[in-house]
Amino acid sequence: MAGSTPRVGVLALQGAFREHISALQRLGADAVEVRTPAELAAVDGIMLPGGESTTMDLLLGSSGLREPLAAAVAAGTPVFGTCAGLILLARDIEDGVEGQRTLQVLDVTALRNGYGRQVKSFEGPVALASGGADMVGVFIRAPRITRVGEGVEILARLGDEPVAVRSGSIMAATFHPELTDDDRLHEVFLAGIANTSGE
Amino acid sequence: MSEQGTMRVKGGLAEMLKGGVIMDVVNAEQAKIAEDAGACAVMALERVPADIRADGGVARMSDPEMIIGIQEAVSIPVMAKVRIGHFVEAQVIESLEVDYIDESEVLTPADEAHHIDKWKFTIPFVCGATNLGEALRRIGEGAAMIRSKGEAGTGDVVEAVRHIRAITGEIRQLQAMDPDELYARAKELQAPLPLVQETARLGRLPVVLFTAGGVATPADAALMMQLGSDGVFVGSGIFKSGDPAARARAVVEATTHFRDAKKIAEVSKGLGEAMVGRSAKSIPENELLAGRGW
Repeated sequence: MAGSTPRVGVLALQGAFREHISALQRLGADAVEVRTPAELAAVDGIMLPGGESTTMDLLLGSSGLREPLAAAVAAGTPVFGTCAGLILLARDIEDGVEGQRTLQVLDVTALRNGYGRQVKSFEGPVALASGGADMVGVFIRAPRITRVGEGVEILARLGDEPVAVRSGSIMAATFHPELTDDDRLHEVFLAGIANTSGE
Repeated sequence: MSEQGTMRVKGGLAEMLKGGVIMDVVNAEQAKIAEDAGACAVMALERVPADIRADGGVARMSDPEMIIGIQEAVSIPVMAKVRIGHFVEAQVIESLEVDYIDESEVLTPADEAHHIDKWKFTIPFVCGATNLGEALRRIGEGAAMIRSKGEAGTGDVVEAVRHIRAITGEIRQLQAMDPDELYARAKELQAPLPLVQETARLGRLPVVLFTAGGVATPADAALMMQLGSDGVFVGSGIFKSGDPAARARAVVEATTHFRDAKKIAEVSKGLGEAMVGRSAKSIPENELLAGRGW
């Protein structure tokens, strides 16, 4: 992979996949939509966008993507989930619908719609652990991280609350960096892919 | 400091609904069926458009108790309709913490000159449109999402196709124009110039564009997606069909895999009867819903 452009798949079953593709393309990545196992097999990293987690859960099953996605993440393929994408990665969820499944690969507990309904959705200042100016965090019916497991690194906070985390090759955020022009978290994700692919 | 109700927050929820299906439901049981089938949101209303059409009379905002029952039944976003121009119905719906308001021509208009000033609300609005000028006027009033009007309650997709083709075709024309020509074009479209310029630059509406009005089958949904829609509303098409749960699921699959004809064929098998439907052409002009709003 050294020297070549990383190919990043964006899960395109439902949700804000177009904005992630734009953000990744702005950073020079080759970003493609993923709806089938064959498309998934051809990427170096995968983005799980925001959308409705219950809808994505059903479509993951019917598209045959659930097992290959779990296997890819377990094998160390870098993954970055935002909002519903974080819920898909979480070990535990609170307030899920009956039977709702997650990949259970990121040791956090996510509370669905943790701030309430849409009228409570907001934008607010997110402080990155790496420093620099605050990001504008857009929180849309966002989940809340109510427990952070051992060894999970906090990448960003809103006030005292963790809103972006990383554990090995897995990154997740409760808000939507793809809805702003601030691509710093996408840069961190792409740097992770470059490291993995270079090994 | 945190800020609620910004355009980014309002439009953001519509972005999250993309690639999804929003289903009309009239009670908690139907809402649960819709959620279990993979709907990305539900529209709570007392009567689906096909019944409103059959019943006649004045159609108004739904009973708050019924809307609350649906909110309690599901975890996905819940939308509700208000009459065009009826800003107090909108205030009431906002107080219920519904996730999106549809200022809808399916209900009987309350004001024949003015749509709701949607900037005054924290809750986002979706509005219907039949062409680009109408879409941009609604966005100018603060709509955070646009849908085609189609002809609701017919099961006939022809009007939705006309509206989505009009909007996307007029956007392609804007893209081909010299920036100098956009001023006159904005006047012709009767739309705010900055929105016309932004649309020309983006090559799409500045907000999410869904299809509504007449979608009844998985192939209808995929047709609208291939024509450039970001997602679909299905009104009477699901719960007026023979097997609502199976049809709902199939429409969800076809909306995601809208370019995969084999997949659409697969999910279309054995769905039972589609809603009976009524050709939009057979409806007298004074009964057409798409002509409401301006």
